[in-house]
Amino acid sequence: MKISHKFGLAAAIAVMGLSLVACGSKGSSSSASNKTVKYSAALVTDGGGVDDKSFNQSGWEGLEAWGKKNGLKKGVGGYNYAQSNSDADFTPNINKLIQAKYKTIFGIGYKLESAITNAAKANPKTNFVIIDDVINRKNVASVTFKDNEGAFLAGVAAAKTTKTKKVGFIGGQHGAVIDRFEAGFRQGVAAVDKNISVDVKYANDFSKPDVGQALANAMYNNNEDVIYQAAGGTGMGVFSAAKNQIKKKKVWVIGVDRDQTAEGKYSGGNLTLTSTVKGVDIAVEKLADDVKNNDFPGGKTITYGLKEKGVKLVKGNLDAAAWKAVQDYQQQIIDGKIKVAEKPSQLKK
Amino acid sequence: MRIKNIHLGNLWISVTSVILGLLVGAIIMLLSGFNPIENYISLFTGAVGSPNAIGEVLREATPLILTGLGFAVANSAGFFNIGLAGQALAGWLASVSFALAFPHAPGFLLLPGAILAGAIAGALWSGIAGFLRAYFGASEVITTIMLNYVALYATNAIVKGMLAKGDGDYSPTIPVQARLRTPFLEHLTQNSTFHWGILISLAAVIVVWWLMKKTTLGFEIRAVGMNEDASRYAGMSTKRTIISAMLISGCLAGLGGAMEGLGNFQNIIVNTALPSIGFDGMSVSLLATGSPVGIVLAAILFGLLKIGGLNISIASTTPPEIVDIVIAAVIFFVGANYIIRYLGIKLHRPSKPQPPVAANTAPQAAVDTRAEQAAEEGEDNQ
Repeated sequence: MKISHKFGLAAAIAVMGLSLVACGSKGSSSSASNKTVKYSAALVTDGGGVDDKSFNQSGWEGLEAWGKKNGLKKGVGGYNYAQSNSDADFTPNINKLIQAKYKTIFGIGYKLESAITNAAKANPKTNFVIIDDVINRKNVASVTFKDNEGAFLAGVAAAKTTKTKKVGFIGGQHGAVIDRFEAGFRQGVAAVDKNISVDVKYANDFSKPDVGQALANAMYNNNEDVIYQAAGGTGMGVFSAAKNQIKKKKVWVIGVDRDQTAEGKYSGGNLTLTSTVKGVDIAVEKLADDVKNNDFPGGKTITYGLKEKGVKLVKGNLDAAAWKAVQDYQQQIIDGKIKVAEKPSQLKK
Repeated sequence: MRIKNIHLGNLWISVTSVILGLLVGAIIMLLSGFNPIENYISLFTGAVGSPNAIGEVLREATPLILTGLGFAVANSAGFFNIGLAGQALAGWLASVSFALAFPHAPGFLLLPGAILAGAIAGALWSGIAGFLRAYFGASEVITTIMLNYVALYATNAIVKGMLAKGDGDYSPTIPVQARLRTPFLEHLTQNSTFHWGILISLAAVIVVWWLMKKTTLGFEIRAVGMNEDASRYAGMSTKRTIISAMLISGCLAGLGGAMEGLGNFQNIIVNTALPSIGFDGMSVSLLATGSPVGIVLAAILFGLLKIGGLNISIASTTPPEIVDIVIAAVIFFVGANYIIRYLGIKLHRPSKPQPPVAANTAPQAAVDTRAEQAAEEGEDNQ
């Protein structure tokens, strides 16, 4: 008796649930069942969403731009993204995209290297792209960026702007990619003035704004007035710290990967000095186009630097003198007169 | 008879929690302008619609069963082992390091050795917290949380400094004979990451059930969990029992980590955060209300939600965070099972009005008597 009562209640709740759900389905439209287009494309994020105001978002914007240009819709047969909540999601996400018959799959970030390698081995007919790493397989195109060149210009901008002769660098996690940012930035600062000190700190995480904020506050309190952040989501904390500090004194943040001018807005103006832009969007759009034109550079590595306009520094809030200096150095790098280090260990002490 | 009723009661609470969680998820989808039916269908097909999906679901469930069991054992002894994630990480590191250290050893030695290394590492890591609790009364909640951080950053330093090649963020892949994933299973499940670890998990379920219900140690663990002082008075060595419970708990969590190392990833990476199998294992155990069979079902449910959830954003425009909300809502209702119990009792009252009324009035009566006595005493004193 008692038991049947309980089951009756559970059943009643279940039925209520179903009817509620059923009511809801009326208004909303059914999903667009696109025809399978030959050149559908999707990307897998390296952790975090496509709204990280940085790396993943840039890749997604490139794919969106490409999809709209070609009249495709978001969803199966068009363009889409798969979000990885942890590293364990990489392989399932890639497999789900393969099963949904996406022709080209982008792995956004070096962390997807082994997942893409395995998937490429098992699925020779699908095109894969890996950003920020190199995979030598026929159906994989590798894209790397000379982040150190953009970071060099950020260093020049910081050195030309600082009043206190002290600047800071906040990195996400130690590794080959962020090493390039650190090395380039330090070399750029030193190129302008060897006496400016660069304080280098790592958050050891790309998605901890609170850590970014704490590190940045310590730097600003130490009279460092320009901070370059290469820390993904952690970098958002650097902006919040700067917005608190700006009430007391003039401070700047240099943004990373995307033009982060919007992140620096505050009631009295804007504290984003400039941003190094990494053309993940350009690369994604270009490669998706290549597939469409039957010209997929499988097995090749494409490197984007200042010369290829794959990385750049935006003018942002730089004053005329600083911008002039940036452009001078940019030309010297493009002409090969300055070689930018890739690792902090390569810098002269 | 009574025991049976309790079990059914727990099942009923878990099922209701899941349904309420899905319901809340549906309401949130409706409020945000997405179609819940369509999304639940794509969640379902994404979880069981192909051999690959089923393989991924079982792979996701494999370590969760082990960490869930680990939490349940410690919980029976009255401890809240929050350190499952750190213990799993220790197990992951130890199993992969062992496999990498003997690349030419034959598989029948290497694989069991690597699994054992993972289990021992997990046990040692939780043993620290168990020792501190038994001999110094240090709260295991605090020590295990802190040990989680030590495990995370120590592991990252070891991977980066010793195991990884060059500037890499990951160790080399373990030798073929140490892998739990085999070409046969990959072929069977369309290249999913499904691996033989599921057998280890199921064996652990049986062992833990037997240990807790049929052995003296299991009885002692449960007795200490119910009342530590009474157990000591009854002549049990509570210190030994506390440490044993924590060792077993950590051993299971370490095995869970070894599953990730030898099965899912086949190497070890620099983790940005603690592996989610630790905290998900706690949720699985709570959802199953500690029953070993329930843990298997709850772990599979988690696998279904997580793997199926990935399909939602691929098949529609709904953001994947919605799935996280559904999972969180399910756990919320499990945590708040008191509400469900209360509602259940309320709905039962009409048929059986007597006992609850008596239960409610009895304490009240006791209080009244005590008050009267106090008043009388007061009068006497005057």
